[in-house]
Amino acid sequence: MSEVKTDLVDVEIDGVWYQFPKGMRMIEACRQAGVEVPHYCYHPKLTSPGNCRMCLVEMGMPPRPAPGAEAPAPDENGHLPIAWMPRPVIACANTIGPNMGIRTTGPLTEECRKGVMELLLANHPLDCPICDQAGECSLQEFSVEHGKGESRFRERKVKKPKNVAVGPLIRLDDERCIMCSRCIRFTDEIADDPVLGFTDRGSHTVLTVYPGRELANNYSLNTVDICPVGALTSNDFRFQMRVWFMRETNTIDTNCATGCNITVFARENKIYRITPRQNNEVNSDWMPDSHRLNFHWIESDARLTDPLVKDGDHHRLASWSEAIATAADKLSALDGSEIAVIASARMTNEELLIVNRLVKHLKAGHVDTVARVGEPDGYLISADRNPNTNGVKLVLGLEDPGSQIEAIKAGIEQGRIKAVITLQEDLVDDAGFTPELLGKLDFLLSTYPLANATADASDVVLPGAAWAEKSGTMINATGRLQRLNKAVDAPGQTLEPWEIVRDLIQATGGGNGIYAVTDLFKQLAAEVSEFSGLTWGQIGDLGVPLIETGVTIPLLEREKQRIASGLIVG
Amino acid sequence: MSGISYKSGRVPHAKEHRVVFRNIDRVGWDSSIATYLGEGGYEQLKKALALPKQEIIDEVKKAGLRGRGGAGFPCGVKWGFIPPTNTKPVYLICNADESEPGTFKDRYILHQDPHQLIEGMAIACFAVGANLSYIYIREEFPEAAKIVEKAIAEAHEKGFLGKNIQGSGFDLEIYVHRGAGAYICGEETGLIESLEGKRPYPRIKPPYFPAAMGLYLCPTIVNNVETLCHVKHILEIGADAWAKTGTPNNTGTRILCVSGDVQKPGYYEVEVGKVTMGEVINDMCGGLKPGRELKAVIPGGSSAKVLRADEVFTVGRGDDARQLTIWDIPMDFDTLAACGSMAGSGGVIVIDDSRSISWVLNNINNFYAHESCGQCTPCREGSLWMKKITDRVVAGKASPSDIDTLYGVAKNIDGRTICAFGEACSWPTESFVEKFRDELVSDTRPELEGAIVNAETLTAAAGL
Repeated sequence: MSEVKTDLVDVEIDGVWYQFPKGMRMIEACRQAGVEVPHYCYHPKLTSPGNCRMCLVEMGMPPRPAPGAEAPAPDENGHLPIAWMPRPVIACANTIGPNMGIRTTGPLTEECRKGVMELLLANHPLDCPICDQAGECSLQEFSVEHGKGESRFRERKVKKPKNVAVGPLIRLDDERCIMCSRCIRFTDEIADDPVLGFTDRGSHTVLTVYPGRELANNYSLNTVDICPVGALTSNDFRFQMRVWFMRETNTIDTNCATGCNITVFARENKIYRITPRQNNEVNSDWMPDSHRLNFHWIESDARLTDPLVKDGDHHRLASWSEAIATAADKLSALDGSEIAVIASARMTNEELLIVNRLVKHLKAGHVDTVARVGEPDGYLISADRNPNTNGVKLVLGLEDPGSQIEAIKAGIEQGRIKAVITLQEDLVDDAGFTPELLGKLDFLLSTYPLANATADASDVVLPGAAWAEKSGTMINATGRLQRLNKAVDAPGQTLEPWEIVRDLIQATGGGNGIYAVTDLFKQLAAEVSEFSGLTWGQIGDLGVPLIETGVTIPLLEREKQRIASGLIVG
Repeated sequence: MSGISYKSGRVPHAKEHRVVFRNIDRVGWDSSIATYLGEGGYEQLKKALALPKQEIIDEVKKAGLRGRGGAGFPCGVKWGFIPPTNTKPVYLICNADESEPGTFKDRYILHQDPHQLIEGMAIACFAVGANLSYIYIREEFPEAAKIVEKAIAEAHEKGFLGKNIQGSGFDLEIYVHRGAGAYICGEETGLIESLEGKRPYPRIKPPYFPAAMGLYLCPTIVNNVETLCHVKHILEIGADAWAKTGTPNNTGTRILCVSGDVQKPGYYEVEVGKVTMGEVINDMCGGLKPGRELKAVIPGGSSAKVLRADEVFTVGRGDDARQLTIWDIPMDFDTLAACGSMAGSGGVIVIDDSRSISWVLNNINNFYAHESCGQCTPCREGSLWMKKITDRVVAGKASPSDIDTLYGVAKNIDGRTICAFGEACSWPTESFVEKFRDELVSDTRPELEGAIVNAETLTAAAGL
């Protein structure tokens, strides 16, 4: 350690010396040293009340010499001896100092953990067999790791309210609550909706919602995520599936341009739950309820499962080859100027690349995507409700996505446009096309996961996979390239949109050597300068910055301020 | 004391040394400012306003005034903790949340001599640079709050509070703030939270040391009523003269509140360390009740560790080491600490041989289980657990091993909580079990060992 920066201090953690920035929380220093300190109330994104006492560790500093006595001499590495304090300290809120010692093992720390575990479980109902949190419960985990294995508690337990609806989406079991106050702090500090609080005192303390109010903000379900026990449960997920049965897929939310990082929990191709996944450049640890719960439509009865071809005034099932051939026949008979392609800003960059190929191959005279705009919520929800508008601009080359839709409508009306290929968009519901207008077309092809009015008007209807059923990359509002990963298999004969477009190109006489979505990404990296040098693997679970957009995410900006003021670790 | 007469039956004992309680129970005394001014009231404030602030702080430091609220921390040192670079407002809070069982001294000051407190506070505020000050009065003192409010109004009227006090340019407002009936509000950071309008959850220290980050995260000094009254007297007679009362490092006088099994329970202001436990019980309080023997004394409020009547205490080190019986203990901070207890808030609770130790401990545990704020795990869960165990001991439904559990629970609280309430609620149990284990065990029934004491025990035993 020849080069010592002035802002680094030497800290001994479990007998090994490290250097960390002065002022770092002890618990974070331990974490960086690879030592996990168990905790309940501490959350790096929230203030630290230090109330659970689970993170108590043994701490020491160099001894203060008695007046007149000689100061202790440093050893050959410049470290002073450590005088261990008889009382434990909380690692969550205390910061490291020069020559500090931390012991996360040893009799004192272990006794503290055993003691806290026993006390936390004294009045806990121990109803793990019927508790949704079982399997991902810190009480279970830490009692196995640090507990005594048995309780001396022989008294009657404190009775508290159970099955309390604290909001439209959340139920509270006060007997399971360990009063860590994470939910209270989240609603106060992050969601600006301080409706939760404690009433009564001592062992009778209960978490409660303010009289006449409910926990109904659009971020309420984050309290369920950060609840370390089974006190707060989601009505949507409650009693649906044991957590250990589910497969977790790291992917991104596609409900808006923020692209919150998420984990999809699924079992046997059914999604049961979505939770936010930490990404400090995108969504911190949080996500809006409206986005989190928008997945049930994936298993809707209205899912298209097979290609359909219009036969007279109704549709009949067709094979993929027949459906694609039908489309190819129609399209080949038309001049490119008579064809419009309406793609979607919900498509991945890879899909948009191959759409671009299709447009060029057919020499289609018109191309656009459907814009979706809403009110930004000042937290995580972007005004742009499409997840990949930046991809449309960059890969499909549209300067102002959505601006040509009215011109296309006019073209259809005037008979200049005779065929429309609409990919993953419902033109009737989402783009203001009327069935009458679509009826003027010679040929309409649509891909979409669900049956809808556009499909009804289509000559060829192709089932395209939903966001959770496909992989690819998207560029969020801030210009970050992120990966969408397939979490479940699509139903029936459904194909990923890039496969459909590839087959269309081939059927109309085009050629390409594309066999996997990663092939498309390689071509992106070769052709689009912004992607140059990137590989699929490099993007990883957290994405990479790709372009400068100047867009910021309000929640993150506030988080930065709280970090700078020392309120939170971040 | 010449010229002062006290009400019949309330005459101070000859071994008392009345300073702060000089006017308590005095014939012809009332709480009005006229009466106070008639005896040289607010003269020390006028004197103080002409002094450099640091000189007042230095005087208080030199006097060695130790906090009378419980911890015994040197008052002047506390004042010196305000960061020298501070640019925020400074607040001074008078802690009148006198809630420690066995303590009943501050209420008499508030009731009978409020101007003494206001003068002490004004001097202290001037010294630490506070222009806004609060008196936090517990809910259970409604009369005291009225009297103090009136006294503040009077002091305002006479120009001892408000803008430009006595032409000195110093501004000070004092407000009364009422508690809502919680022991934890006596903990200074809990008190500050309560003053801010929140639940009185004590703050973690570090970083929230009140002198640096107190009320509204500004430097805040929290002092006990009795402590602030002494500030006036230190200024009056000078630190040197004041420090001549009491004993070295245990200077001044303090008020002992004696309750329990003595002939004359009550308040006695004594020079710190100049009277022994024996003198307090036998002389001042008229001895134990007829035919009774001393069993134990809790010397500093209910959270202080109990002293057993037949213990022999070794105090001092090396050549100074000496052995004391309970009767010989001088009532000061250091000796009581050396005896393994504390002078605390001055509440001396005397327990004679008519009392069941299980009952006494259960009584204390009841209080702490009811008063635990519930913020941090050990105290929240442990205080009620200890109460439930001693409930069973008293009811004859406990087994001998329950006493071990009781002790284990207390040890799991001690030293592991956010605030000193952890010690307050665990020390009684720890010391009672350490010193009276045999008696506690004798109240249990060995045949209940391992027995199901309630239906839920099965669940608890099956789980963790």
